[in-house]
Amino acid sequence: MANSLKCDLCVKPATVHLTQIVNNKIHKVDLCEACAQAKGVTDPSGFSLADMLLKSSLNPEPTGDIRCESCGFTQQDFKKTGRFGCPSCYDCFGSFLEPMLDTMHNGIAHTGKVPQRAQERKTIDDRLSQLETDLDLAIKAERYEDAARFRDELSQVRQTAGPKPLVK
Amino acid sequence: MKINELIDSHSELTDTSSNRSAVVLMTRIRLARNLQKHPFPGWAKDAQKREIRDQCMQAVAALPQMKRGLAIPVETLDELQKQILVERHLISRELCHSKAGSGIIINKDQSCVVMVNEEDHLRIQVLRVGFQFKKVWATINALDSNLEEHLDYAFSPKLGYLSACPTNLGTGMRASAMMHLPALVISAQMEKVVRAVGQLGMVVRGLFGEGSDASGSIFQISNQTTLGESEEQIIKHLHGVLTTIVDQELNARAKLLETDPKKIYDKIGRAYGILQNGYLLSSGEAMNLLSLIRLGIDLGVYADAQRGLIDRLFIECQPGHVQHAAKGAFEPGQRDVLRAERLRAEFAKMPAPDFSNTTS
Repeated sequence: MANSLKCDLCVKPATVHLTQIVNNKIHKVDLCEACAQAKGVTDPSGFSLADMLLKSSLNPEPTGDIRCESCGFTQQDFKKTGRFGCPSCYDCFGSFLEPMLDTMHNGIAHTGKVPQRAQERKTIDDRLSQLETDLDLAIKAERYEDAARFRDELSQVRQTAGPKPLVK
Repeated sequence: MKINELIDSHSELTDTSSNRSAVVLMTRIRLARNLQKHPFPGWAKDAQKREIRDQCMQAVAALPQMKRGLAIPVETLDELQKQILVERHLISRELCHSKAGSGIIINKDQSCVVMVNEEDHLRIQVLRVGFQFKKVWATINALDSNLEEHLDYAFSPKLGYLSACPTNLGTGMRASAMMHLPALVISAQMEKVVRAVGQLGMVVRGLFGEGSDASGSIFQISNQTTLGESEEQIIKHLHGVLTTIVDQELNARAKLLETDPKKIYDKIGRAYGILQNGYLLSSGEAMNLLSLIRLGIDLGVYADAQRGLIDRLFIECQPGHVQHAAKGAFEPGQRDVLRAERLRAEFAKMPAPDFSNTTS
């Protein structure tokens, strides 16, 4: 039996094969008779594959110690207050957020208003600072033709970026 | 504008009532907004809160919609002034309790308010008398877009506007209507309505929001969820539900008049008698009596011209307003005397009910 399975816990050939479904996930183990005996697998009432897998797992579940990098808010704080610490918390707490939002709302994706003006402004600001850097570099490197081009583009972008008329 | 000027000037809520506001007294929309890269008010240090407040108040006060309004830090208001603003539905009770670094901006006719550093950095609110979601949404949407010109909102393409509490995530919008539903209360159908509305994803609250009672048969009905649907969809959905409730209320009124008119006449007539002759009236009792007079106006028992007065009294019978009118701080017992005095004076001028031409 060249390709016969080895016991998951030692090197002997596996003779006990177990499949359990825990939380909709299939877990399989293969054990030799001695190990199966030692783990109590032969006693069906007292055996939980999940327990065994969890104990031997190298990555234990994180237990409430997620911390927002930007404001220091923790999962414990959220449990206490039901509020988050800052906008970045939504990035840090993503993993436990989604199931919560699913029960709280009518969906988990925003389909409403987008701050259009703020986004336009950001695009323009980014473009301006890029052009300013380019211009500085061109001047330092004495690439005057490039510099002139950047300068013209800068004044053009600045003009379009003037304050928008307010909505009444 | 100064706070006392504002309190004594005409406001959207107390001076613009019309028969279009028969069942829906007021429409209101609020948006929760936050600045990016700043901790939410509940987690920010006092110095950070003050910095956020300065930035927000400057941007808000510069808006054309808020011209010649009031912009003031909360800590400069005394308890009575805050209470009056709460009674006018301009600020929340939560904001009153906030310590340092909160602010209020109110426009001249008291229809637009921005609370700074309540639960979120900005709580923008627009209210109008009557059932007017379209108009209110257009106003608040423009105000919000203008503000966005000057402030960098915390926004995620996936989750929408980021709020301190995940229940406000997405649109950050709560749209609500204040409804006067006396016939549904009298005919004991309100519980059924609350349950049905809940199943449709809406919430029913009392006059002053969460945890308040429904004295005067006045209820606030609003959307519960804020993420997953657009503002227009949420409003459309809510509008549909509210229209059904208005119909239910009108049906209930017709049924009361048809099956037991004497019972309803008796209630309306007695309310008039007590308001004209009472010497001790708590705000709860006054609200319930005024509610019956208002129902009388809707049914044609009193002249429609009286509606404005009743809607104003709903607000001016609240404890803060009673004390403001009497220029002092008074114990609840003394307030009941003052309230009854005011109501006696108002109702002495009001013509007697005429039950001969009731319509529903």
